[in-house]
Parts: sequence; C-alpha cells; structure tokens
Amino acid sequence: MSDILEILLTANFWAAALRIATPLIFGVIGALVCERAGVLNLGIEGIFTAGAMAGWMAVWLGAGLWGGVLVAALAGAFFGLIHAILTVPLGLSQHVSGIGVTLFATSLSYFIYRTALPDVSSPPRIEAFKPLDIPGLSDLPFIGPALFQQTALTFLALALVAATAFVLYRTPLGLAIRAVGDNPSAVESQGLSVYGLRIGTVVVGSAMMALGGAFLTMSAFDAFFFGMVNGRGWICIALTVFASWRPGKALIGALLFGAFDAFQVRLQTEVGSFIPGQVFLMMPYILSIAALILVARKADYPRALLVPYFRGQR
Amino acid sequence: MIRFEPREPASLARLTLIPVAAAVVALVLAAIPIMSAGLSVFEAYGLMITGAFGSLFAFTEMLTRAAPLILTGLAAALAFRAKLWNIGAEGQLYAGALAAVAVGSGMIDAPSFVLIPLVILAGALAGGLVMLGPTLLKTRLGVDEVVTTLLLNFIILLFVQMMLEGPMKDPMGMGWPQSEPMLDDAMLPKLMDRMRIHGGLIVAFIAAIGVHILLRRTVWGFEIRAVGENANAARHAGIPVTATFIRVGLFSGALAGLAGVGEVAGLKGYLTADLSPGFGYSGIVVAMLAGLSPIGVVIAALFIASIFVGADSMSRATGVSNYLADLIVSMALICVLISGLFLRFRIRFIGHKAAQGVSK
Repeated sequence: MSDILEILLTANFWAAALRIATPLIFGVIGALVCERAGVLNLGIEGIFTAGAMAGWMAVWLGAGLWGGVLVAALAGAFFGLIHAILTVPLGLSQHVSGIGVTLFATSLSYFIYRTALPDVSSPPRIEAFKPLDIPGLSDLPFIGPALFQQTALTFLALALVAATAFVLYRTPLGLAIRAVGDNPSAVESQGLSVYGLRIGTVVVGSAMMALGGAFLTMSAFDAFFFGMVNGRGWICIALTVFASWRPGKALIGALLFGAFDAFQVRLQTEVGSFIPGQVFLMMPYILSIAALILVARKADYPRALLVPYFRGQR
Repeated sequence: MIRFEPREPASLARLTLIPVAAAVVALVLAAIPIMSAGLSVFEAYGLMITGAFGSLFAFTEMLTRAAPLILTGLAAALAFRAKLWNIGAEGQLYAGALAAVAVGSGMIDAPSFVLIPLVILAGALAGGLVMLGPTLLKTRLGVDEVVTTLLLNFIILLFVQMMLEGPMKDPMGMGWPQSEPMLDDAMLPKLMDRMRIHGGLIVAFIAAIGVHILLRRTVWGFEIRAVGENANAARHAGIPVTATFIRVGLFSGALAGLAGVGEVAGLKGYLTADLSPGFGYSGIVVAMLAGLSPIGVVIAALFIASIFVGADSMSRATGVSNYLADLIVSMALICVLISGLFLRFRIRFIGHKAAQGVSK
C-alpha cells in the first residue's frame, strides 16, 4: 500500500500521466465537438493515423515542427470533410461511413509511408518537440517537473480544451453547434445552415483529432510505426460518452486515464514477474468499456446524434 | 442544388449493377496511387489479374483467401441487417481460432468425424460468446456496441498473445509464440492435392446458404429484418426485440468464429497472433458491397479476395506496397456507400430558386 502511495506522490508519475493523456485530450475534444453537432466520427482511429503519418512526414521533409502540426491538422480536416460530406448532406450511416474513413485514412497513410520509404529497416527519426523549459515555473518543486516540463503540444491540448469550452458555452457559434446536435430543425428555423454548421464542426473536430496523432510521432516518439495508434481513437470515443460531452469532464477523463495508465506501467515493474504483461496492456481497453458501463444509465446523448437531417423533412 | 427523392424498392438489376459500378469506380480511383508509385496502371492491373486468376494455383489461393472473408462478411451482414453494429469480427475470429486450437491440439483424442465437428462447434461457440457480451450490454444498459466490439478486438488479441506466450505455447516451437499444432484428425480436409484450398470454403458456402434461408424463410429471419427496419415498430408489433438482438449477436459472432476455425484448422495448422490480416474489418466492406445479402456476400468476398491476392502478387513483382489492396478495399466501401444513395433516392440536380420553392 505504501508502495502505491509512493508512486502516486512522485512528480515523475504525474508528468507521465499528463504525457499519456495528451493525445487522448486532442482526440476526445475532437470527438466531443463532432458529436455535439450530431455527428459520430468513427473515422477517429484513421484520422489519428493520418495525423501521425502526415505530421511526421512533413517534418521529415523539412517543414519544421509547427509546419508538421499544420499539415497533420489539414490531413485530419481532409478526412473529416469526407466523413462530413458522406454523413451530413448525403445522410449515410455514420457508423459505416466512419469505419470507411478509418479504413481509408489508415490504408492511405500506410501506403504513402511505404511508397515514400520502400525499404527502410528501422523507421527514420526526426528531431521531435522538446520539453519546454520555462524559467522559474519549471524549477518549482513537484509542480515544475509534472506540469511545466511537457512539450508545447501538451499545452496546445490544454489550451484547446479551454478554447472549446469557451466557444461551446460562451459564443453564439457554440450555441448553434450545440443546438444543431440537439434540434436541427430549430436551427434551420433561425435561418442558420444545418449542413454548414455540421460540416464545419466535423472538419474542425477532425483536425483536432489529427493533432492527437501528430503528438504521437512528433512528441511521444520521433518516428512513425505501423499500428502505433493502437485503439487510442476508439478509447477517445468511449471517453466522450464518459465525459457526458463536456470539455471539462473530458479533460478530467483523459487525465484519469493517463494517470491509470502511468500507474499500471509502474505497477508492472513491481509485480510484472507474477502477471503476464498482456494483462497490463489490456487495461486501457477494459477501463474504457468499464467507463462506458459506468455512465450507460445516465448518458445524455446529444438528441440528434446519428440522425441525418434533410431539409423540409420532419 | 441537389435534391433526393425517395424511390420505390429497387429492381434486382439496379441492386446488382450499383455495387459493381462502385467496385469499378474504386479500381479506377486506385489508378492515382498506382501511378504515383511509378507504375503503369495497365501493367499493375494485368499483374493483379494474373496474380488472382492466372493459374490454377493463383485461383485456388484466391478461393482460400475468400473463405474467411465470406464468413466475416456474413457476420457483418447478418448483424447489420438488425442494425446491430458488430465491428468485432476480428476479435471473434481470434476467439474462434483459439477455441479450435484448444480443442483440436490434443485435449481430446477422437476420430476425425467426431473431432472436426467438435472443433467447428467450439470455434463457433467462442465467437458467439464473445459477441454475447456487447449484445447484452446494448440490450440491458444501452451501451453502444460499436465501441465495445471495437475495444474487444484489442483485448482478445492481447489475450491470444498471452495464451501463446503462456499456457498454450508450443514447447517444440523454438521459442516462437505459437500454439501446439492441430492433430491431423482435427484438420479440415484439403480440397485439392498440393494446393492450400481447404474445407473451410465449404463451411463458408454452407453458412451463406444457411444465413440466406434464415433471413428469407424463417420467423427469426423475419424478426431480424423487422428489428433492423424499425426496432420500435417491431416492439409494438410484439416482436421480441431483445431476444432477436441476442440471437443475431450469437449467430454473427459464431460466423466470425468459424472464419478463425477455417484459418487454423484448414490453412495454418497452428495459431499465431498474426493469423488474420484484418479479415474482420474487410468483412464489413464485403457485407456493404453485398448490400447485406448473404449470397451477395459470397460474390463480394471473391472480389475482395482477388484484390488482396492479386495485389500481393503484384507487390512481389514490382515492389509497390501491398497496402494498395487495403486502399482499394477501403475506397470500394466509400464508393458503395455513396452509390447506395442511387438505390434509395432519385437524385435531381435543380436550380437554387426551385429548391427554395420546394422547401416552402
């Protein structure tokens, strides 16, 4: 028991938790924004992969780190646009379209990577984002290493949560986005474009998701691997439900998740000889399902989620 | 301005023409990646066709690849008919394979006419039971089955790895994480000498006919279709919606489990963690291309299998990545989704003024 407490009380542990949570924060905020507008975006897993690949490749080709972030966001926006066109004006099944976008984005990313680098034995590396060293703040005891020695992308993720919460709850645009996910015909009757709002939101949300992928290749690691996204997108979809579609709760959910993951890695080194490693690797997925079960009864879905809207049709 | 006008149920000609058109469009679009990889389109498709149909060996390889795709395609088609979104065929396939190996690699010693049915039954049961969990979570608690089935894929694959590195590891496997080999009596018969084509294909064909009969000729099939059309209306009409979902889940998971049985007990002879190159996910594309029709699934699976086998062969000859196959398959899915609109709607292109007139 005291061992566990000891783990929880190190700054290192909380730094790892925040680092693990960062891609999830991007993903869950992106998914939340899309779903708030009434569109489930199961393209997320593929968009993560596309963001990871596109961002990495841009940097590798010499675009610079922030250039890579921009390229990743644009790649995400592109696949988001495909999903948006399929599901909003065309009104196709959001489930199947999302899976289609995931398969398309994943296979396209893999194909481009393989075509650009036909025979490399070890993946080429880039100069990834370095932890920021903020004079003063980074030297604070405990909080310094835990919070202020992350890379710039982690701060971008945190800023994105605040910005999303502000836009959703404090601006007319946010009101319109929330309304279009609850009652699109009411939005239409206000003279706003349901299609425009939904397409725009899905495109922006998908760009946010892609940043989660970019974090993997440009901050967490410095190379692109096949299968590196490894279900993180699906975990974000589960976290969105867990967070009741609220940005603040989404942040807490992602942080809890990161903390748990960081904890199990440390636990693994303590008891790893008794329990097979796969049990620990399973934990994030089991935890996601558990989170879904926990909130299932009171999940307050956006009322028009999954429901396509056609003009002049009730 | 585009307007959708609902149309009457589509004719059979339209039903078959549209997925074919979608497949052709996907193949045409694939010219872009092929050319950007520096290959001539005709050369690439020529190599792919030879690779899938050019010889008896190529053709039987294609059929061998089609067997699991038919089964995972049926798993998706049956579930999607009831609007039960089972995206977990990949995990159910592995569960089926694991059960088949557990039963067939020495646990029971029996003549093949006893052992083979036992192996098949174990695989189907394991796949079905895996899908039972998400189905019950959906019907009891309203948990979205898409996310749970997707997450289960990862959990099951890790479980398989754990078993292959632990209790089920082959002591004679030179340290590789693979299972003990299946007993000879537990292996599905080969269909041809010196070829890899095996009895799993027969299982797949029987399953397709079985699902066709189930959907078209039985009360359960009627209930499945009714629940898929409108679950609330079905409930009011006295159809046992929950029981129907559970049945569909069990059958769908069992079909995916059978795909795993075929791969270990027909093809490989032992289990490794890279048994399936995504058959579960490709099965979704197969089902959508087939318009969720069981007989269509067989045809669509043959098409997808020839893309995979053809692309593998082309890749070996030219060095172009065989991820091209996954790319074509995913584009086929998106194309068939869009072309599905032409089935359900008459699409009119009209002036903006006229459109506003209509909406008032």
